[in-house]
Amino acid sequence: MKLDNYAAGDHCDEMITSDGHVRPHYEEFFKRLEKTPQKKMKNLQHSANQTQRSMGMTFNVYHDNEGLEKILHLDIIPRIIPNSEWKNLEAGLKQRTKALNMFLQDIYNERSILKDGIIPSELILKSKDYLEPCIGLTPPKGVWCHITGTDLIKNRDGEYYILEDNLRCPSGVSYMLESREIIKRVHPELFQDQGVMPVADYPTKLLNMLQFLSDKTKPVVGVLTPGIYNSAYFEHSYLALQMGVELVSGVDLLVEDQKVYMQTTKGLRQIDVLYRRIDDTFLDPLTFNPQSMLGVPGIFDAYKAGNIALANAPGTGVADDKAVYAYVPQIIKYYLNEEPILNNVPTYLCRENDQREYVLENIHELVVKETNAAGGYGMLIGPKATEEEHDKFRELIKNNPKNYIAQPTLSLSTVPTLCEDGIEGRHVDLRPYILYGNGIEVIPGALTRVALKKGSLVVNSSQGGGSKDTWVLY
Amino acid sequence: MLSRVANSIYWLGRYLERAENYARFIDVNFNLMQDLPVGMKEQWMPLVAATGDLDVYEASNDGYSSEQVLFFLGFDENNPNSMFSAIRNARENARIIRENLSKETWEKTNELYHFMQSGQKKKIWTKEDPRKFFLKIKNQILLIYGLADSSVARVEGWYFSRLGQFLERADKTSRILDVKYHILLPNEEEVGSPIDFLHWMALLKSVTAFNTYRRVYGNINPSSVVEFLTLNKYFPRSIYFCIREAEKCLHKISGNDEEGFKNSAEKAIGSLKSKLEFAEVDEIISYGLHEYLDDLQIKINGISNKIDSNFFTIRDNFAQHSTPQ
Repeated sequence: MKLDNYAAGDHCDEMITSDGHVRPHYEEFFKRLEKTPQKKMKNLQHSANQTQRSMGMTFNVYHDNEGLEKILHLDIIPRIIPNSEWKNLEAGLKQRTKALNMFLQDIYNERSILKDGIIPSELILKSKDYLEPCIGLTPPKGVWCHITGTDLIKNRDGEYYILEDNLRCPSGVSYMLESREIIKRVHPELFQDQGVMPVADYPTKLLNMLQFLSDKTKPVVGVLTPGIYNSAYFEHSYLALQMGVELVSGVDLLVEDQKVYMQTTKGLRQIDVLYRRIDDTFLDPLTFNPQSMLGVPGIFDAYKAGNIALANAPGTGVADDKAVYAYVPQIIKYYLNEEPILNNVPTYLCRENDQREYVLENIHELVVKETNAAGGYGMLIGPKATEEEHDKFRELIKNNPKNYIAQPTLSLSTVPTLCEDGIEGRHVDLRPYILYGNGIEVIPGALTRVALKKGSLVVNSSQGGGSKDTWVLY
Repeated sequence: MLSRVANSIYWLGRYLERAENYARFIDVNFNLMQDLPVGMKEQWMPLVAATGDLDVYEASNDGYSSEQVLFFLGFDENNPNSMFSAIRNARENARIIRENLSKETWEKTNELYHFMQSGQKKKIWTKEDPRKFFLKIKNQILLIYGLADSSVARVEGWYFSRLGQFLERADKTSRILDVKYHILLPNEEEVGSPIDFLHWMALLKSVTAFNTYRRVYGNINPSSVVEFLTLNKYFPRSIYFCIREAEKCLHKISGNDEEGFKNSAEKAIGSLKSKLEFAEVDEIISYGLHEYLDDLQIKINGISNKIDSNFFTIRDNFAQHSTPQ
């Protein structure tokens, strides 16, 4: 394949430098790409697509009645991360997860960070994600955020920046695992030549972590799903299968004497740990949303009584709020007395008068986000939006300032991607997964989401994004 | 095993078997029609009558053209028992319990559904000879059975799926036999005529029973055919055989390695099995074949309901907490 025209552009490209040199960790792959005819690449891509379809690696798209089950496009060119870079990421993510966990324990108990005035009390205590029923609680083994899927990007300066700490049931890990299996078949030789760290033991690690949460010697573990119409149902069923545990939905469970039971063909069987993929407020209609038909009445009582462990713990949502995000560097300093290893994106809180004024004046240069929205919805990318859209968001911000934050437009890095006319750079983000049980572990791999449209910065699967296998080198 | 999962596995077994048998129904009628003397009218009404969905059919159809009936039995989404509905339901159940199925079983069931959809788009029922399509459906289902046979562990889930399969098959064999009852001969003298024999042969062929029957009985004779399909102890589509296998499944599920019963479903099926085990074909004929088959179908439904209440019914976890308004 010809790669003469491949250029970095004015952002950071992960394969070549701005003056056109191939970065060392891509050299091996670059040579191979040059030798592989375009036709062969297309064939490989085609067979990867076929494999995905027959595996049924589907996700459901909200706001879309047609084609309920869709396939997330997997680009066959991997994204490669050198070991040194990964080491730094790993240390940074561990540090951050540890601090956020201490933060959660604190705000639901002592509240010293609020008393010491590091974060405005109101921001936390008035947040809709601050769950009053959790006040005074310490979850089993003191862990709140068992599974984290942090979103990062690599900026123009070649540095990673944290975009979001996803502390409430982040999805996508099944794509990381299945994509690896497919890409291994596409580039078998490279895995031997390059030395790629494995991710296949994730389900085992996940299961060990979940079992650790119970004091029983052989705890019964289950995955709790909202059901087949949930966008991530494939993943729920995949993880249950890989761990060899039951996939349960709310109707399968009931609570008696503050214990949670599965309804089986042989009667009731107690369950000890739930990896729940249902939002906090849908967990228990008796404690939270009385309208919820998904959850299990009484499960929160059982949780308080210590008879069931829930991962992630209810209440973690308050810490990955986009407004709290701005304070994470202070949170790290406060609890760990360390400098943050990973960068935060400078964040303007529209709730603060001076910061809001700045946002309103500079909206054309900023990205404006709703504090509580996910999936790229409710977002304005200033430089790409029209005057009308700017005005619309100015109004939205003025009417409900607490609901918005703004950040400078970041430049997402690009990685080589197989496109219609050959290989071109496409913007990507990075979602590594962190498990917190008996210690914190960062899985050496990630979900890389790629914006398939030329120049696009929106990587969300629901809006035309695809994925890539992510290689962390030994 | 979760009650909800067991329920889905049981129905997956039933729906696949149902779809396969519908493919056989349609085949039996094509076979019959081809043997008719020129000028004799095709009869499609008996087929609809045998499925027990005459009311549903007549609510939306006038007359019994082959196209109408093929559409109704094969492709009509509004007929809850059509082949299309059965396959869609089978696939939906498989999707719910995907983590409990082998990868291949899920993939082949998924493909079956997509193939059925393609048939609907191509309007197969308007084709002159649609049998090839139905043959493919039948083969795809047999492939799924074969895959399961060599890849599924013989634990609870396996027995629930076989239980569904055998109960459904017992019911459908009784209905295939019943088709003969509904087919009108031109006049009474035709009973025992060559046409009558041709009918019985076609019927045997549709359940792949012709050669075995020949080996056991030799001549075609109505009461022997009835005996073979109802009471034979070795033929895997005879009603007795299916009921006996279904009973074994129930025993495996409850861990019953004694005789007798451990729950109401086992009791009901055990009593039906004994009845068939000691029945004589002459009794059946003198009772009236159609009436006898009707009784059987009602008993099989009763057993299915008992299976449901013993294993699948789950308590509504919301009910106990709801407060009076």
